[in-house]
Amino acid sequence: MASGIAAEAAAPLPATRRRSTRRRFVRRKSWIAFLMALPLIALIGALVVYPAFYSLYLAMLNKGMEHFVGLGNFSFLFRRDLFWMVVKQSVIFAVSAVIFKALIGFVVAHFVHNIPAKGQRKWRGMLLVPWVIPPAMSTLAWFWLFDPSYSAFNWVLSRIGLHGVPWLGDPLWARFSVILVNVWYGAPFFLIMYLAALKSVPEQLYEAAAIDGANWWQKIWYVTLPMMRNIIAITVLFSLIVTFANFDIVRILTNGGPIDQTHVFATWAFQLGIEGGDLPLGACVSLFMFPILGVAAYFILRDINRRGNEA
Amino acid sequence: MAQVNLRKIVKDYDDVPAVRGIDLDIADKEFVVLVGPSGCGKTTTLRMIAGLEDITDGEILIGGDLVNDVPPKDRDIAMVFQNYALYPHMTVHENMSFGLRLKKVPKDEIQRRVKAVAGILGIGELLERKPKQLSGGQRQRVAMGRAIVRNPKVFLFDEPLSNLDAKLRVHMRTEIKKVHQKVRTTTVYVTHDQVEAMTLADRVVVMNAGLIEQVGTPHELYHSPATIFVAGFIGSPAMNMMRCGLEESAGALRLRLHGDISLPVPAERVARYRSHVGKANLLLGLRPEHLTETRAQTLPGQAPFDVTVEVTEPLGMETLVFFSLNGGEVCARTNPSANLQPGKRAPLLADLRYMHLIDEASGRVL
Repeated sequence: MASGIAAEAAAPLPATRRRSTRRRFVRRKSWIAFLMALPLIALIGALVVYPAFYSLYLAMLNKGMEHFVGLGNFSFLFRRDLFWMVVKQSVIFAVSAVIFKALIGFVVAHFVHNIPAKGQRKWRGMLLVPWVIPPAMSTLAWFWLFDPSYSAFNWVLSRIGLHGVPWLGDPLWARFSVILVNVWYGAPFFLIMYLAALKSVPEQLYEAAAIDGANWWQKIWYVTLPMMRNIIAITVLFSLIVTFANFDIVRILTNGGPIDQTHVFATWAFQLGIEGGDLPLGACVSLFMFPILGVAAYFILRDINRRGNEA
Repeated sequence: MAQVNLRKIVKDYDDVPAVRGIDLDIADKEFVVLVGPSGCGKTTTLRMIAGLEDITDGEILIGGDLVNDVPPKDRDIAMVFQNYALYPHMTVHENMSFGLRLKKVPKDEIQRRVKAVAGILGIGELLERKPKQLSGGQRQRVAMGRAIVRNPKVFLFDEPLSNLDAKLRVHMRTEIKKVHQKVRTTTVYVTHDQVEAMTLADRVVVMNAGLIEQVGTPHELYHSPATIFVAGFIGSPAMNMMRCGLEESAGALRLRLHGDISLPVPAERVARYRSHVGKANLLLGLRPEHLTETRAQTLPGQAPFDVTVEVTEPLGMETLVFFSLNGGEVCARTNPSANLQPGKRAPLLADLRYMHLIDEASGRVL
């Protein structure tokens, strides 16, 4: 120790300054924190930031990816009716699926919440099954259920004397079907989130409300919903993002058909970019999800910070 | 008129009895405190009056009407919960007015009532705050305010002070008493704290193991407990229970506490106790304040005896003196100027005019 100090004292001035600078640098906690986070930052940079900017760059190339065309791809898309149809279809698909997922999740969560604790695990497990099966597999099963001639659905309909429905053949029914499968797949996520939220509402608030004169509907409106506001906002946003970007269900059930009527951004981008060989145009389509989700996220998350945890 | 009547109330939780048949009549405007140790059924009883628990058997009447199957919202009661149960997403004003808004009371009427009650409770400046911005004592006031604005037939309090620190608890106790004197509504109050029970109640109901041990004014419970449980539960430090034998000689009765300690039973009690002479399992119950240092003048009914002091606890205005008798610990309250020292023999004075003779087998005070 003493010799160290002696050596330091003996060293020429610039070296001392350099060393003390290094020491000061190491002593600053924020730098150490940054260094420790660096691997993760690098990973995110490589896997998120770089692809994002690359797709932005890609969207501004011509089909052969030889020269820069600026916003040419975008203006080309704006002039096509099919693009606006896909925008409309994506919004209908995502918004209606999320609404039904949230509604069904909310209602079923109440049912499960009221099952005595002993039987609850079993029901919870069973109700989670749609969410646990890989959607590519379960969608194939749905594909068979929707088959016009050999499927269970149309068989049941014919048994009760009704005409079979062209589940995937008619644009309207095809839209209904992809939304139905998406709701079936996604509702358990809402169920489990809302169940957890319900369990965190203190029982005494309901008792206080009961004494204050609230009926069951008023208890839901004035106690349950306000207490669950934040979790509802976050789940809806999360599900909106995932549903907007949905690929597998539409791809397997209808592949965008009939006549491109069920395409969403992801499937259309895939068709244009990978199957159609126009990568820049595909990238351009997929980029459109970003501003739409950005606006949704702003409105949904706006109040969460302000509300915070009121309990 | 809002009297509350309980008739043979029973509550079982899956065959486990919580309340085992209690009868209680609470008069209009009366402040009744249910007190007892944890698990004695006091909170269950309160929740049954509120309608938050079904009753297994018996009848509950509020204002003369049978309310067994009436839901809480139609019983015209208000309850203050142990952890306040304020709606965290509503302001104080919204919390207090919630019940009135549900009843569709006109807005200006709500405004007027909330303001008036906030004035009584001193929370007028807090009306726009959310519960999390309030201290424990303020939340407590808001919870009371929420109950008072509704102007119900009956107030129910479920251990409302147990989440407050000791100093605030004493303060809020006084506040509750003041509010009751102003508002004058029938009140049922549950606590495990016997000091709270004694200070607040018009009448105290001591409960134990799902049954009522005794109902009476604080004074009655303190000076004439009916059972060994009440004798031991009410009063702090607790009443001394000393094993003793009752002997008769020449028409007078004597309590033999220990080989060499024998105290005379006051003449006015002789007739009452004569039939118990020679009985086994007798206890002498004597409160610490009736065991003191010897005085210059000994009145009839007071008897001096010598003990070896083991521990002294000076409290300032009095000194608690502990000694052993028949293997049990006994506490005496002495004047600090008597200056009794641990380890030394000292004379004490037993004031047997306030004695209780207890049959340990039946648990009754004789």
